Amino acid sequence: MLTLYGQDLRSRLLLGTARYPSPAVLEDAVRSSGTEIVTVSLRRETAGGRQGGAFFELIRSLGVRVLPNTAGCHSVSEAVLTARMAREVFATNWIKLEVIGHHDTLQPDVFGLVEAAGILCAEGFEVFPYTTDDLVVAERLVEAGCKVLMPWCAPIGSAMGPQNIAALRAMRAHFPDMPLIVDAGIGRPSHATTVMELGFDAVLLNTAVAGAAKPALMASAFARAVDAGREAFEAGMLEPRDFAVPSTPVIGKAVFA
Amino acid sequence: MKLTVNGEDHDLAVTTLADLLSELDFEGDWLATAVNGELVHRADRTAHTLNDRDRIEILSPMKGG
Repeated sequence: MLTLYGQDLRSRLLLGTARYPSPAVLEDAVRSSGTEIVTVSLRRETAGGRQGGAFFELIRSLGVRVLPNTAGCHSVSEAVLTARMAREVFATNWIKLEVIGHHDTLQPDVFGLVEAAGILCAEGFEVFPYTTDDLVVAERLVEAGCKVLMPWCAPIGSAMGPQNIAALRAMRAHFPDMPLIVDAGIGRPSHATTVMELGFDAVLLNTAVAGAAKPALMASAFARAVDAGREAFEAGMLEPRDFAVPSTPVIGKAVFA
Repeated sequence: MKLTVNGEDHDLAVTTLADLLSELDFEGDWLATAVNGELVHRADRTAHTLNDRDRIEILSPMKGG
């Protein structure tokens, strides 16, 4: 059982709600993923517009928890204000905190991230920081009050999969009791399985599902990949070795010559 | 009074933030409002008096990753 800020969850897959071809496809994908948490955002509403309301109704009808993000924020003040506005709208203390530092890689501005996390934790927010795999930054986020960490494994939307297994392994070893969610960079179910095998607690996906030819089918594939990786981690895996070991017992083998 | 609403300039005869929302036909319990970079809670919109050149942001739920 995964517990995030006191909330028990059966599913270890968190799903983004962007980039689906239609609201109906989004709904199908959410249902077939089995996710209990979806990420959402806030944007300017147009005068007389009802777009936000229609989307909000759809999300509410899915019966899942909402994790609002501060996507697109490039400064501490922007991210903090967006978080406060998200709490007003979604009535949750949860916030996926993004402070973007680089236009091309969408790499987090980890300095701004730590500062914003401190401000928001002090205001009672339960912060899910989108961060890198840097251990020192992670330490600072924990000191700021974060009780979940969400490192990238590759740039957002890149579908490259884990680029630095050693860093992810070190993070798991360094924070044995902290919920760690791989957020960003996963492209295929096998990527999700890989990070779950390392002992990560969950994965957060969006483009890998939304951009698939059949998003609902891909959501189902990811759900099983995440579960498979988790079960493998709990079961305890063999370490690779440099020589062959026969699996069939040698003792009692017939001698024909 | 000159106001900037979601980045667009307006010249409106309104007194409070609640007036502004009504004047521009914003309605719904899913909106969040900020004036000059500070959150204004839903319950405070009626009491929040606007000033010339205020910058108002009106946000609503949107898909996100």
